[in-house]
Amino acid sequence: MLEHLLAILAATLPAATPLLLAGLGELVVERTGVINLGVEGMMLIGAIAGFACAVETGLGAAAGLPAGALAGMAAALLFAVLALSLAASQAAVGLALTIFGIGLSAFIGQHYVSDSLPGLAPLSLPGFSAIPWLGPVLFHQDAMVYLSLCLFALVWWGLARTRLGLLLKAVGEAPEAAHAIGYRVVALRYGAVLFGGAMAGLAGAYLSTVYTPLWVQNMTAGRGWIAVALVVFASWRPARLLLGAYLFGGVTILQFHAQGLGLALPVQLLAALPYLATVVVLVLISRDRRALRLNLPASLGKPFLPG
Amino acid sequence: MKPKLRLELLHVSKRYPGVIANDDVSLAVAPGEIHAVLGENGAGKSTLMKMIYGLVPMDAGEMQFNDRQVRLASPKEARALGIGMVFQHFSLFETLSVVENIALALDGPYDLKALAKRVSEVSQRYGLPLDPWRGVHSLSVGERQRVEIVRCLLQDPQLLILDEPTSVLTPQAVEALFDTLRQLAAEGVSILYISHKLHEIQALCDSATMMRQGRVTAHAIPREESQQSLAQMMIGRELPICHAEPYQGEARPLLEVRGLNLAGEPPFGTALKEIDLTVHAGEIVGIAGVSGNGQAELLAALSGETLAPRGAIVLDGQAVGHLDAGRRRDLGLGFVPEERLGRGAVPALSLARNALLTAHRAGLARHGWLSPGKAWDYARDCIARFGVRCTGPAAAARSLSGGNLQKFIVGREIMQAPKVMIISQPTWGVDVGAAAYLRQTLIDLSRSGVAVLVVSEELDELFELCDRIAVLAAGRLSGAAPKAATNASRIGQQMAGLFEPAEVSPVPESLHVPA
Amino acid sequence: MSLLEPRPQPSQRMRWLAPPLAIVLTLLCGAILFALLGKSPAHALRVFFIDPLRSSYGWTELLLKAGPLILIAQGLAVGFRARIFNIGAEGQLIVGALCGGGVAILSQGSEAAWVLPAMVLAGGLGGALWGAIPAWLKTRFNAEETLTTLMLSYVAGFLLAYMVNGPWRDPDGMNFPQSVMFGDAALFPILLEGTRLNASIFIVLFAVLGFWLFNARSLLAYQLEVGGLAPAAARYAGFSAQRTVWLSLLLSGLTAGLAGVGEVAGPIGQLNLNLSPGYGYAAIIVAYLGRLHAGGMVLAGLLMALLYLGGESAQVALQTPAAITGLFQGLLLFFLLAADAFVDYRLRRRSRPAAAPTVEVTAHA
Repeated sequence: MLEHLLAILAATLPAATPLLLAGLGELVVERTGVINLGVEGMMLIGAIAGFACAVETGLGAAAGLPAGALAGMAAALLFAVLALSLAASQAAVGLALTIFGIGLSAFIGQHYVSDSLPGLAPLSLPGFSAIPWLGPVLFHQDAMVYLSLCLFALVWWGLARTRLGLLLKAVGEAPEAAHAIGYRVVALRYGAVLFGGAMAGLAGAYLSTVYTPLWVQNMTAGRGWIAVALVVFASWRPARLLLGAYLFGGVTILQFHAQGLGLALPVQLLAALPYLATVVVLVLISRDRRALRLNLPASLGKPFLPG
Repeated sequence: MKPKLRLELLHVSKRYPGVIANDDVSLAVAPGEIHAVLGENGAGKSTLMKMIYGLVPMDAGEMQFNDRQVRLASPKEARALGIGMVFQHFSLFETLSVVENIALALDGPYDLKALAKRVSEVSQRYGLPLDPWRGVHSLSVGERQRVEIVRCLLQDPQLLILDEPTSVLTPQAVEALFDTLRQLAAEGVSILYISHKLHEIQALCDSATMMRQGRVTAHAIPREESQQSLAQMMIGRELPICHAEPYQGEARPLLEVRGLNLAGEPPFGTALKEIDLTVHAGEIVGIAGVSGNGQAELLAALSGETLAPRGAIVLDGQAVGHLDAGRRRDLGLGFVPEERLGRGAVPALSLARNALLTAHRAGLARHGWLSPGKAWDYARDCIARFGVRCTGPAAAARSLSGGNLQKFIVGREIMQAPKVMIISQPTWGVDVGAAAYLRQTLIDLSRSGVAVLVVSEELDELFELCDRIAVLAAGRLSGAAPKAATNASRIGQQMAGLFEPAEVSPVPESLHVPA
Repeated sequence: MSLLEPRPQPSQRMRWLAPPLAIVLTLLCGAILFALLGKSPAHALRVFFIDPLRSSYGWTELLLKAGPLILIAQGLAVGFRARIFNIGAEGQLIVGALCGGGVAILSQGSEAAWVLPAMVLAGGLGGALWGAIPAWLKTRFNAEETLTTLMLSYVAGFLLAYMVNGPWRDPDGMNFPQSVMFGDAALFPILLEGTRLNASIFIVLFAVLGFWLFNARSLLAYQLEVGGLAPAAARYAGFSAQRTVWLSLLLSGLTAGLAGVGEVAGPIGQLNLNLSPGYGYAAIIVAYLGRLHAGGMVLAGLLMALLYLGGESAQVALQTPAAITGLFQGLLLFFLLAADAFVDYRLRRRSRPAAAPTVEVTAHA
């Protein structure tokens, strides 16, 4: 039993990493009052771009991950132009980006269905990995797991401790006021959306070049949407996002360990668990309107064009 | 070396599509001068100030600051020069603390602790007490204005622009603000003071520039003019006056509020506490007070947009607290909200479609099916009867000016023959002519036997319109006093919350209430 | 300073010009794409958009594919008007297919006339039920419908996978994840011999007329529209927001469920994992492209069906990947949203050049 639990714990970290990356990006975007529902699309574009680049250059994940981030950023630019400069409905543009991302990645991916990549070798953190039981589990992971934690720390610090973080929050609450005291709201939102795109792209590339590492059509399987839901679950706070990502990472890999834990449910129903869990979590967090609104960026989803 | 002029504008113009906001505007402000810019809503005052503050580029003309020509591309540049601005609708962030709000508008290192110390110093020096660590959402409107002013003062301004700063203040707070401004002027800071309130201008300002329809119509020394002559310069004719005849019919209570308690809307709403109020047929009752003291909550509870305990609200003898807005309308409630676009009317829809919004119950729909022709006729009649200037029933609501849209909404409600009419900020953002028309319309409506309740921030308006006036402060409502039995300074004290909650005032004798 | 400024009045002309404009821009992009792939753009576009319609069979296939798209879009449009974003129609379609198909499977062998009507009823109810869950979650718990509908879509997919792998797997199907083939009593009658066009098209026709009337003349549709355009105005007028949510999701669930039955009791004839090529998602585009107007959505549905047929045709004739259809769908929606910006906004006209000083002095004295 303990063996199973440790195996689950070990597998949870990499499973949670794409959720954490994409979720952090979306969290920053939503802090500025923009909701980008295209995370799934950006992840897929990042996944295929990363995979293609990794294969074509022969450099593997080292080339794939940055390529994925760049591709995600490019996709986010598309969103930004439509939703920020042209003031189109953010929900609709995000949806369009997802549909486009599914189509584009499947289109490009047709050439790569039979390729595979070596992935990333696990990295043992000296000292820590020697801790009995937990050491080999928590500190014997691929580099991206650690990097995602560093990025988490960076986002947390940036939002809580810097003028930029304060400004992002201000823009998300009252873009008119930020504009009135002379800030370039649209430019700031562009920056946030591009950051979100890079993070989603990175998350996608992590899936295709490190986690799986293969290209499969629609391989993100709703993780982008779960990341969006996690941001709500986190009440727009990074620390809770981290918690949520690891929780959901655990749920996604549960299906592979169900037998070991003695759960005799059909595999398809277990596979539906993360999605059901997302619904449950959304319900739990949304039912308290008061608490939700306290943290909700007040201008979320409302287009802003400077007059 | 001391500059001759702090600010000089020469032949400044600004066009928006379809409107000339400013046309060849020139004005000059000396160091230490308090200079008023007077004009009606839509006269172009705000646009002019935004150009001085670098928010909006000018199309033509030039600006000199301290005798040197400048062109500002952003408020940041304006602040660097020493220009500060206090906005009419504050540019503050509710979820942030005072010091965080101020930090966002300042350059220099990001050190909140050091900044908080400076905030305390400056606020003490100018008699503007502030706790730098408090969240802005917990501040009163007056305190929020202090934050804006302190934020400007921290940048050592040489020119301070205040856009309609007193519209949200109690009379006592206005006095305190004027003291601060005089102190600043004595230190050499020039002040541009935007307003349409003549008595304030006379009390505070050294000189005034009058604007009408984007042009400068006169320069004047306010203390040497009478209110009539100032008004003449501002609107181009005499101020219109409303006439109210005494009501002759039976003064039944049509709207009663009994011990209404309601929690505030999250996250920062005001809770209502033990509200008692009666409005009779044939009278207009006004509710004075600074916005944010429960006005929004009270209006939503009265209109049915939020529900209340059944017996807390009684409409013509029937308990309606538990009924939604539509069912209360069925029983004869008319309501004109303060937000015309987006609440009182749907901006993108035509006037004919907007007529349906509440008047579908007046025969524009049968058994759930619409009659577009009838809606069209209703809108057309409303436009004709209430003098709404527009291109016709097909015009989108958002294409109308504030005053004309207000006439349309008021007309739409009146044409449904309500028993009780509730109206919030009836003339907010409306030009003087339309405002006078609307006030007279409300008086006439009440004298036809309708109970009218007016919520307004403008004390002058309430004294002109109402038979009785109550004050809403921090979610509590004072008793409604007959107009003759109260005055501005007493109401000002009540606005600060200085009244007994159970203060009951007698029904005026002119209203014969059946026992 | 932004590029756009609001129009005083939304432009009706732009509203109807936007879809053709988006189509032209998508075609242009398509031509460039084909050129990049080394195919002659003219030839490729002909293969894509003309060849599928060269035969009368092609036209019946077009109707067959357009049917579910139009049907689902009609239901979705009700919600979109009210800004209730049901993006999980795919899941509601699947549950509708499961319920309808379940009736067929459980009545296997029966030739009774009630089987097909019962399937339609079960399918419609099933879809509506799957839509009712997010409606309940939204009205009771305030949970965002965008996310819940989509998550339930995934759940529906797994439910289908479970049923055709488990209880309802065809015992003689060599372990393929699919049910038995339905009997004739559980299939819509074919309308034209030698084609797959079936009587389910009448459901679509009926729905189009019904929704057209509903949208144009009912007070309820007006209330939904107000709720979407200005929620505060809807509250002010006393229109119930809860009813809006329920109505939107039940109606869109119902139409999606019916579309699901149309597929399993039509061209597919059984339950399997490929019963929809993403109709539920494509219908979102159909709804927008058709301006949420019952008639407009018919045209948009036909176009979107052509994209599916063209994708298949190009796969055969040009060896392009089937995913090209999805790519075009995404592009089309992008261009449409971009063009839509000009319904409410126009390009900012440069105000007359300043007749004033060109010297720029920034004084930091």
